[in-house]
Amino acid sequence: MTEGVAEAQIRRILDRYQGDRAAIVAVLQDVQEALGYLPQEALVEVAVQTGVPLSQLYSLATFYRAFSLKPRGKCQISVCQGTACHVRGGRLLLEKLERDLGIKAGETTGDGLFGLETVYCAGACALAPLMVIGGEYQGRMNPIKLDKIIAKYKKGAIDELVVEFR
Amino acid sequence: MNWLSSFDELSRYRLRLTAERSDLRPTLTVCMSTGCTASGSPEVLRALMEAQRKLGAEGRFAIKRTGCHGFCERGPLVVLRPHGLLYQQVEEKDAEAIVASIIDGVRPVERLLYQDPATGVRVTREEQIPFYQKQTRLLLANNGHIDPTDIGDYVAVGGYSALEKVLSSMKPEQVIDAVKRAGLRGRGGAGFPTGRKWELCRSAEGWPKYVICNADEGDPGAFMDRSLLEANPHSVLEGLLIGAYAIGAEEGYFYIRNEYPLALRHVRTAIQQASESGLLGENILGSGLNFTVKVCRGGGAFVCGEETALIASVEGRLGEPRPRPPYPVERGLWGKPTDINNVKSWASVPLIINNGPEWFASIGTEHSKGTMIFSLVGKVRNTGLVEVPMGITLRRLIFDIGGGPPPGRAFKAVQAGGPSGGCLPASLLDLQVDYEQLAAAGSMMGSGGMVVMDDRTCMVNVAKYFLTFTADESCGKCVPCREGTKEMLAILTDITEGRGSNGELEKLEEIAHWVKDTALCGLGQTAPNPVLTTLRYFRDEYVAHTEQHKCPAGVCRALIRYYIEESECPGCGLCRLNCPSTAIKGDKQKPHAIDDAKCERCGVCVELCKFGAIKVE
Repeated sequence: MTEGVAEAQIRRILDRYQGDRAAIVAVLQDVQEALGYLPQEALVEVAVQTGVPLSQLYSLATFYRAFSLKPRGKCQISVCQGTACHVRGGRLLLEKLERDLGIKAGETTGDGLFGLETVYCAGACALAPLMVIGGEYQGRMNPIKLDKIIAKYKKGAIDELVVEFR
Repeated sequence: MNWLSSFDELSRYRLRLTAERSDLRPTLTVCMSTGCTASGSPEVLRALMEAQRKLGAEGRFAIKRTGCHGFCERGPLVVLRPHGLLYQQVEEKDAEAIVASIIDGVRPVERLLYQDPATGVRVTREEQIPFYQKQTRLLLANNGHIDPTDIGDYVAVGGYSALEKVLSSMKPEQVIDAVKRAGLRGRGGAGFPTGRKWELCRSAEGWPKYVICNADEGDPGAFMDRSLLEANPHSVLEGLLIGAYAIGAEEGYFYIRNEYPLALRHVRTAIQQASESGLLGENILGSGLNFTVKVCRGGGAFVCGEETALIASVEGRLGEPRPRPPYPVERGLWGKPTDINNVKSWASVPLIINNGPEWFASIGTEHSKGTMIFSLVGKVRNTGLVEVPMGITLRRLIFDIGGGPPPGRAFKAVQAGGPSGGCLPASLLDLQVDYEQLAAAGSMMGSGGMVVMDDRTCMVNVAKYFLTFTADESCGKCVPCREGTKEMLAILTDITEGRGSNGELEKLEEIAHWVKDTALCGLGQTAPNPVLTTLRYFRDEYVAHTEQHKCPAGVCRALIRYYIEESECPGCGLCRLNCPSTAIKGDKQKPHAIDDAKCERCGVCVELCKFGAIKVE
């Protein structure tokens, strides 16, 4: 990401809130959505443009679970660890993902394709255990279904690369 | 959009809509909530529309998207109305059969009907299914019937008539009095009388005043607020408007969890449509009431469900609670009087106004009135959202509506009220569920989570799970919660890993009481409840861990061992191929065996084995 791009993007986001200082959490949420995470340069830029001290932005960015200071996966996987998922094997699901992807929750694979995180309840408890992958809810997970889904996303990523390459 | 500048125009609009929609043309409603979407309802919707075209049935029946029915277990759900024919677990390939059955003069597609597991009988109509039959659906009444993204659908079923009644014929004090007489108590968990809260906020000095809808549903295991906002956002907005009028507020907020994208979208759509119809903004319906409402997305912090932390978050600060008093009704958002209520509390208000406080007060128990929505999940056959009168027994809830634990398993406990609640044992199944009785048993209403556990659930592990959650979510402001939850978690971890002693149990109990008595906010004060209730009702299980170093439920890894029962293993190889630590060996078609030294007790084999040949000891 070049600094110029971030600056313009951040200005566009700030324009939505018209100097409303209370909207700072919303601003960070939008920046995170646009850039995938909160890089240092982006936080500095928000601080410069809003006048909110960088220290305060950093404290917000590390307090709320929704924010990440590290790049997240192109395809982000949130594994639900809510109570209903817990009693129906949510931990097994998380552990299998950690093993298969070779990363721990909170990390991103070396190729940047998959990011893994946990969420305390995605609010679809009837379908436990579940995960949200690339924004899609996948319920009633089991090891075999998981393999299929991961393979599908991997294939999708390869197809995309082929298109880009052409 | 229709601009409504007076009560008359609203009434005329409703009459017109009702006339337009009263033709008995069949409508297929497809549930597009988070749960059914995950089960594939968008594909079903597409297939139905295609089938309708293909069979030339356009104009013969309508297709409509609706929100959550609550019977998520059986999704995707498709209902033919007005007949009330419920099709469950519908797939794309079923679309043509459904469409054909409507053209042929509505004959039910047998195989898609719900089958009663007890009797094996196919149930035709939605309301005859035991899961629905034993509920009292008031707040959820229109879920599954109306399109949440169309304000007209809500108005047509009588929506905004309570607002009209309030603005045209009631003084703010009369509204507050009605809510007080109805006996409505805060549905967020603590159960503070809603009318009293409104009254305090109305009489507090300061201007402007604010009303906030707390939709930061952070309890793991509860999703009724999401469901209501997704399926019927206008009912909540109408309640908020009535509250604003009663309290004298001109600005309001929805504070919604960021993890609920669909709820966010539907609330935003509802606000936009209400604004474009003249139901929000200045001089609403010509009554002189001004009210605008904004949406705030939560940042993913459990503590923000606590009202002072929520206010801090809305103000753009860290979501940390502060000592009360002063209470938000006196000094809340921007230091001004602020009334915060839960989604279900707000949604109850139009019902009270329309049907009268006496009607509402006639439902429930002496001190807990109305209905409560529980999310019945975990080890129970029918999972989903159930709305029942306050005072229903746990047994009715779990066995009559939920169908009890899965086949072959035995009920062990129910965790009521999320991480702030407690685990209640089978001996308390006849407990009446209301604010007082739950509190007396060491639990609380909380937001209405009901997670059922069976004999394969380890109660020490469950307590550890909740403490992992609260220790992780503790905002860190006060020492008792920050350090106390960590200490309790450390002891529980020791016990589940076979390092605990009996002395630890007393220490655990002591810390739990200490945190309960001294933590700053409600979350810290209730965080020890899962520990205290499991110690109270399942002490034997703790002792089995500390004395015999055994986990009776076969869950705690350091205390168990897996083995394959030779006589039951046909040698299919599924476990061997999927074992991550290659600990399973065996020839095809011959019984397999687990190498205990290599086994990491991940449990994948147990989950996969179709023959139940893998045992735990």
